[in-house]
Amino acid sequence: MKGNEALAEAAMRAGCKCFFGYPITPQTELAAYMAKRMNKNGGVFLQAESEIAAINMVLGAASTGVRAMTSSSSPGISLKSEGISYIAGSDLPCVIINVERGGPGLGGIQPSQADYWQATKGLAHGDFHLLVYAPASVQEMVDMVIKAFDKADTYRMPAMILADGLLGQMMEPVTFPEIEQKTHDKSSWAANGHKGQREHHIINSLYLTPEELERTVVERFAKYDTIKQTETDAELYMTEDADILVCAFGATARVVKSAVNEAREMGIKAGMFRPKTVWPFPVNELQEASKNASQILSVEMSMGQMIDDIKLALNCSKPVEFFGRTGGVIPTPAEVLAKIKAMGGNK
Amino acid sequence: MAVVFERPKSLCDVPLHYCPGCTHGIVHRLVAEVMDEMGIEGDTVGVCPVGCSVMAYNYFGCDMIEAPHGRAPAVATGVKRSNPDKFVFTYQGDGDLAAIGTAETVHAATRGENIVVIFINNTIYGMTGGQMAPTTRPGQVTQTTPFGRNPELAGYPVRVSEMLSTLTGVALAQRVAVDSVAHIREAKKAIRKAFENQKEKKGFSIVEVLSTCPTNWGLTPTDALKRLREEMIPYYPLGVYKDSVAGGND
Repeated sequence: MKGNEALAEAAMRAGCKCFFGYPITPQTELAAYMAKRMNKNGGVFLQAESEIAAINMVLGAASTGVRAMTSSSSPGISLKSEGISYIAGSDLPCVIINVERGGPGLGGIQPSQADYWQATKGLAHGDFHLLVYAPASVQEMVDMVIKAFDKADTYRMPAMILADGLLGQMMEPVTFPEIEQKTHDKSSWAANGHKGQREHHIINSLYLTPEELERTVVERFAKYDTIKQTETDAELYMTEDADILVCAFGATARVVKSAVNEAREMGIKAGMFRPKTVWPFPVNELQEASKNASQILSVEMSMGQMIDDIKLALNCSKPVEFFGRTGGVIPTPAEVLAKIKAMGGNK
Repeated sequence: MAVVFERPKSLCDVPLHYCPGCTHGIVHRLVAEVMDEMGIEGDTVGVCPVGCSVMAYNYFGCDMIEAPHGRAPAVATGVKRSNPDKFVFTYQGDGDLAAIGTAETVHAATRGENIVVIFINNTIYGMTGGQMAPTTRPGQVTQTTPFGRNPELAGYPVRVSEMLSTLTGVALAQRVAVDSVAHIREAKKAIRKAFENQKEKKGFSIVEVLSTCPTNWGLTPTDALKRLREEMIPYYPLGVYKDSVAGGND
């Protein structure tokens, strides 16, 4: 199944009732898949007039307590950022898909990971975070969409799937797991008509009293602290004795894994650390994976963004090098291997 | 003692923050009276975006959502599409609806979203202190048109009801005013009709309400009403621009 279509199918199986989107390459198959099935299945598919309208339709649907999603690619996510900030400030759950392409500006339509900073640090104005999952296969896209809906509801916050054009366009076999439909009780906040049986509910992110606004932000950050303790996830590959630890997320990790295998065949003790959640960043997992490493290498489809989180997680205690291609260029295993060899790892 | 006048049930018992003489209070009351008369407060979700009425979520008794600037019709679309059995209305000012939110307004209208839009046209940005709005009349002095709006520099005003009346998805486009008792009664009838349209799934209904902003116009409340009557109504004529139920132009 194609990655973009698998994202759509997984969302429907996860109970997504509303999808609002706008065409942009390379994620358009997702919306096309939804258009064929969503309304027939009793859900809502609507093509919005803009990315801005699409995210605000998500805001409206999520306010009433239904599971809602939008998807886009890099320039479109920038347009959605205003709405995402309001959604975060109003404590609404939803899922946002970013099938990244090269930037800045209109950039290109080939795969990229240059929205890492945007997704994990500066998506829009104000103090807030999203849960951000970084899949590396079509199967993981399925699993992570299902998880993202569940966690978004659990924590009442937006969750993002940070994929890229490579994963979106890739065909791989997938299995759809049996989904245990957890019920999230939204009756204490959803704005769907009070029927004269309760106080009116208000979905809002405006607080004109500074102390009151501060309190809401501090409460949200207490929630983020819990998430940092409980929701990190990472893959550790041949890290136990690794002298050179190569860090990569998403599709890039597949390239890196090939390079690590080749390095091992040459006798270089290489290993791979792959964060599956990029916010929260798996700090403890990285510390564990790098315990025997003398050098770290970050490989990204960008000029180097995740490398900042690696340095912070390790408190700059070890040298961290970088190799990346950007603009839609995908690094090859040979390029990564050459970089590992150049670092002169211990045999 | 007989009660002859009281607060509509659909308005909360809280002080409003609006300036003295501002007509938002009148329009809030009309919307609430219609909700009361139709008995729909418990089945209604209101959407108020950025502007003077951003805090209307504290005033209307139904469930409320505060939307980003200009985005109320998109938010309302999300609410209505996921809850087609609920009543959904937006309450938007002219800067919100006719400038930053033009795309959301026009497209919700042309899709025929089955929602009600209450559009407050007072020809000025009130909340930010009186700047030029898309509806500011030629010659009108505002903070950002200190010598009067010069169309050669600042372009011409937009007549929203006329513009939207050309769209197939629009069930009702009507302009009313709240400067006199007679006009207020007309305004309430239009708002009631808009909500009835939604009940009967007729599509998009917009009621444009010519309103005053005494503070930013620099006028007393009575002089502001006089200006509404003598300067605004000639430029923005009252009337039904489209009524598909009564046999409109589609």
